[in-house]
Amino acid sequence: MSQENKKATIIVHSGDFDKIMSAFIIGNGFLAMAVPVTVFFTFWGLKALTRRGFRKAPLSRMNFFGLGRWMINLKMKKYNIAQLGELARSFRRLGGKIIACSMTMQLMGIREKDLDPELVSDYGTVGKYCYEAKDSNITLFI
Amino acid sequence: MELKINNLVDCAGQNCPMPLVHTREAIMKAKKGEVIKVTGNHPPSFEEIPMALEAMGIKIEEKGMLNSLDWYIIFRV
Repeated sequence: MSQENKKATIIVHSGDFDKIMSAFIIGNGFLAMAVPVTVFFTFWGLKALTRRGFRKAPLSRMNFFGLGRWMINLKMKKYNIAQLGELARSFRRLGGKIIACSMTMQLMGIREKDLDPELVSDYGTVGKYCYEAKDSNITLFI
Repeated sequence: MELKINNLVDCAGQNCPMPLVHTREAIMKAKKGEVIKVTGNHPPSFEEIPMALEAMGIKIEEKGMLNSLDWYIIFRV
């Protein structure tokens, strides 16, 4: 299989723990196959990029005011499943890029200093996404 | 002929996607021609690490099971 012209672009619109987890697992999977990945965080996804944001992210279903999230954490420990922070750090170590949407940051009242600098590699708006996505043969909206 | 292993990656006890991540990290750090051995016991990874290696054009030198659970994969970067 040729690696030329292969590229994946993922938009994370959701701020839900389970959806962001899926995005990072898939992102790590592509990077493990040497396919470059860029993840764009916009709207509710930006909330998760703030400091301690991963800890506060709710489950998309059966969150029950945090009880569901607590139970998922116990299960993740039991089966030795990597936490969101660990997945995000390995994503960056493998060369994955994280771009925060600056337009929705204004809309959501999130400033650059609110975001975790170890996670965010760049800021931009739709132009940066489309520029990357036009050459991607895989693009996901989460 | 016994292969000289340059780097051993132990993924025992790890779950998806960490065995893939650690395999890729070892490849990124390795010099051309170095031999990497990955060991683990997460069943899908025994099938999926070879898929990732194939995608990167890396040939497997040797792979197999040590018992019903533990597997190993040896390849040259």
